[in-house]
Amino acid sequence: MNREGLINMVNGPVVQAANMSDFQIREMVMVGEKKLLGEVIGLEGDIGTIQVYEETEGLKTGEKVLSTGKPLSVKLGPGLIGNIFDGIERPLSKINEISEGFIPEGIGLLSLDTEKKWEVKLLVKEGDKLKEGQIFGEVEETSLITHKLIVPPGISGRVVRVKDSGSYSIEETLVELQDEKNNTHELKMYQEWGVRMPRPVQERLPISRPLVTGQRVLDIFFPIAKGGTSAIPGGFGTGKTMTQHQLAKWSDADIIVYIGCGERGNEMTDVLEEFPKLVDPKTNKPIMERTILIANTSNMPVAAREASIYTGITIAEYYRDMGYDVAIMADSTSRWAEALREISGRLEEMPAEEGYPAYLPSRLAEFYERAGCVTTLAGGEASVTIIGAVSPAGGDFSEPVTENTKRYVNAFLALDRKLAYARHYPAINWLSSYSGYVKVLGNWYRENVREDIMDLRARMLAILQEEDKLQEIVQLVGEDVLPDDQRLIIEIARVLKVGFLQQNAFHESDTYVPLEKQYEMLKCIEFLYDKAHAAIRKGVPISAVRDQNLFGEVTGMKYTIPNDDLSGIQRLKEKIEAYYDELLKKYQ
Amino acid sequence: MGCDRLRKEYLLLDKVEGPLILLSGVEDVSYGEIIDITMEDGQSRKGKVIKIEQDKAVAQVFEGTSGMSTHNVSVQFTGKPFEISLSKGILGRTFNGIGMPIDGGGEIYSGKVYNVTGRPMNPVARQYPRNYIQTGISSIDCLATLIRGQKLPIFSGNGLPHNELAAQIVKQAKIQESEDQEFGIVFAAIGVKHDDADFFRKNFEESGVLERVVMFINLANDPIVERIMTPQCALTAAEYLAFEEGMHILVIMTDITSYCEALREISSAREEVPSRKGYPGYLYSDLASLYERAGVMKNRKGSITLLPILTMPSDDITHPVPDLTGYITEGQIVLDRELYQKNIYPPVNILPSLSRLMKDGIGEGYTREDHQDVSNQLFASYSKVQDVRALAQIIGEDELSPVDQKYMEFGRVFEERFVGQSFEEDRDMIETLDLAWEILSILPPEELDRVSPTILEKYFPKG
Repeated sequence: MNREGLINMVNGPVVQAANMSDFQIREMVMVGEKKLLGEVIGLEGDIGTIQVYEETEGLKTGEKVLSTGKPLSVKLGPGLIGNIFDGIERPLSKINEISEGFIPEGIGLLSLDTEKKWEVKLLVKEGDKLKEGQIFGEVEETSLITHKLIVPPGISGRVVRVKDSGSYSIEETLVELQDEKNNTHELKMYQEWGVRMPRPVQERLPISRPLVTGQRVLDIFFPIAKGGTSAIPGGFGTGKTMTQHQLAKWSDADIIVYIGCGERGNEMTDVLEEFPKLVDPKTNKPIMERTILIANTSNMPVAAREASIYTGITIAEYYRDMGYDVAIMADSTSRWAEALREISGRLEEMPAEEGYPAYLPSRLAEFYERAGCVTTLAGGEASVTIIGAVSPAGGDFSEPVTENTKRYVNAFLALDRKLAYARHYPAINWLSSYSGYVKVLGNWYRENVREDIMDLRARMLAILQEEDKLQEIVQLVGEDVLPDDQRLIIEIARVLKVGFLQQNAFHESDTYVPLEKQYEMLKCIEFLYDKAHAAIRKGVPISAVRDQNLFGEVTGMKYTIPNDDLSGIQRLKEKIEAYYDELLKKYQ
Repeated sequence: MGCDRLRKEYLLLDKVEGPLILLSGVEDVSYGEIIDITMEDGQSRKGKVIKIEQDKAVAQVFEGTSGMSTHNVSVQFTGKPFEISLSKGILGRTFNGIGMPIDGGGEIYSGKVYNVTGRPMNPVARQYPRNYIQTGISSIDCLATLIRGQKLPIFSGNGLPHNELAAQIVKQAKIQESEDQEFGIVFAAIGVKHDDADFFRKNFEESGVLERVVMFINLANDPIVERIMTPQCALTAAEYLAFEEGMHILVIMTDITSYCEALREISSAREEVPSRKGYPGYLYSDLASLYERAGVMKNRKGSITLLPILTMPSDDITHPVPDLTGYITEGQIVLDRELYQKNIYPPVNILPSLSRLMKDGIGEGYTREDHQDVSNQLFASYSKVQDVRALAQIIGEDELSPVDQKYMEFGRVFEERFVGQSFEEDRDMIETLDLAWEILSILPPEELDRVSPTILEKYFPKG
């Protein structure tokens, strides 16, 4: 077999080599004297096309392309959590030790730390029968996450040798299995998996649980489901990254995989500096202990950007297979699509819409379909939730990436430039956003929050919609000419917008709000509306109904009522009641 | 052997087209290497290999191909990427777009040469920028605070005073804490008019910073291949000064739109598949490879703050150049023609303007505790002014409710006194914040719903 190609063309990240008839498509290769990492993306006759994950400057024709014999794959094992990797799972801190400051090319394939010793607890004994996906050992990866060692998919057999529990590095064989054909399989702490292939599960389950985020506009109005898909589109400056960060910080997934795909370097640094300091409200542990970061910043090689999304989702699936609920944030999928476009252009493929390749929709579908709520091979319930940011060119949602993403996601959280300009954050537009999970999650909300929460949600959303229509009239003729009950709608909508929908990510307690408080806040706003509306129907003028202090106090609930003591809301309701009783007496 | 070997000369070109030449029968060529071209009259030019395919190489010629034919030149491959030599002696000097001195001051002698294609900064090696730069311009300091190590572009339009604004920033920029570290300015003129380049030079001179400025000048009629090298050379110089010499460097690049147009011109000469408005599909990556070179690093003393200027074709913020820029940079300062026509300088439209890094560089310990609240309130109130103005257009200002009339007044005063200031006026941060409160007090206190009650109590002007 001939496993050495010869470069005959270089065009940016795309390289062609001759003599490659024995290579496989999607195989990982090493290109040139510097041994740059690349992946075979096309074969024609004996000419192979390779996308290179590193800077290609200095490559020459005639240099060699070496085979690695395996597809682009990642090592999955302990040491992932709390770390930051590049698009092909090379640890950036390790790279920084090798070459401080800037990322050089040709440093080769690095991955998990092979030196570090982990405390392993083995759960099997000789003679046990193990099947694929089964858990054979445990490692305490962080104080928050127990890393479960699972038999790689496709492998099963009887345990013929097993090490004692103890301290091992990831390269040591822990268990030997013998299968029916008497083949021996060595199980280590890690396994390798090709990033482009979804990891198998026993079955897919219907969606039934929400991903609770502590963000009011999401949890109440546009819930995201565990195992669901959602997209956050928005022009620049509308707060996509901010929203993604909030979700990474506060959502109640067990593991977060955050992919910075073609975005700013400083944003990743921000995460690296901030997350270790933040404490998860559920567990009181730093949230970094459940977070994995993948960074391909916008100035890192474009082909690795294309791979970063797959690396991230493969890691997410691996933790899902241990029985965890994993949420993956991809910021931004548009950059990934643009990487596809850039490589497609270099390959001189026929472009479809706006220069994007015709396979863009199918690639997007492949990615989003890797989300889901499943029964794992080991038999537990687990999920992968995908939240993808989309950066539409010119903020125009009719461009191909947004349009096609819309087809494959169920929750669409549209960020709005006008809201962002008014510093209404999160700038999620309540009229153009939707969540297809409202119905399937209804039961969960009714059982776990309060029986009437879905009705309350619908009623408040109706007020917001009504207000939008009224605003059109106000724009034409001014607010004064509206009848009082309509002016009340506008006033209540204002309370909803400022007091409920706006959430201050920089405020200590407002950054994350438990569902219970979210519900009580909304209930209180409804109470205010009902009382005020009753007063208006009795003929009390809006000027008296809209009491500055009272409305101000309801709006300020998010800051004044502590998250863990909601008794203040009850007192506020009593105050509302007393005020309107008094008012009605005056006007009788 | 190796580098001692005599370089082969190629005397025949296959094709000369636009800025590109095509050679065949070449050996041992590497991607991105520099070529030396000797013209018939002995004049020499340089080029860069941008594609190799079997024994063919495509190169772009920095000085342009005019005067070249397929057989009147000789080409040699240098085997080296594009490098410039740098030392501290570049301060006060002027170079062309490819780093050749054009001020008659002679070559830069230094043992160190630097590849102008920077390597990406490792996110792990970055330090998150937190120290603000006081520009003395209220609208920027209060509402889109510039942070040291930030990339903050000015989105402008043709004829708007973006150059004046940039010059004023250069003149007034102050770093809060007193440090003994040196500062410097790298100025890259990318396809600008002769007058504009002169304007900057004159201003640097007047502000007494000329000996701290490195200039890379590519004028509008200079070759476009040089143009696309200009920002790379400038940023390589900036990286050298910041991260090796430990200086705080402010890089001003103008005009990014010309840079993108040059890229488009070359892309189309290469017959590449175009994406939006004919710009190449890699425009985002290409711009990112420039902008992302700004920053602050751990274990290194200096910093690069990047202030690119771009003119939005027909003032359209959704045009690919401002659009892609906005996605990469950490905010933007948007100039507005309407304000300019109202004779307000600097005509900063605050609503679309934004500094993404300000949240961590303002407030107690940095500027003043009320800064965040004040800026949120100004944004919210000014955004409401737009609605009220739209209403006033229809029903007339007299018909507005009393509160709305206050908003109209607030809008006017805000634009005239807060946004507006003279080219000579340098306001410090506290002055700016106090002025903001004075103007906010036009509105009834209950309208200020973005300010926390304690801040309101403490800072709202009494009486």
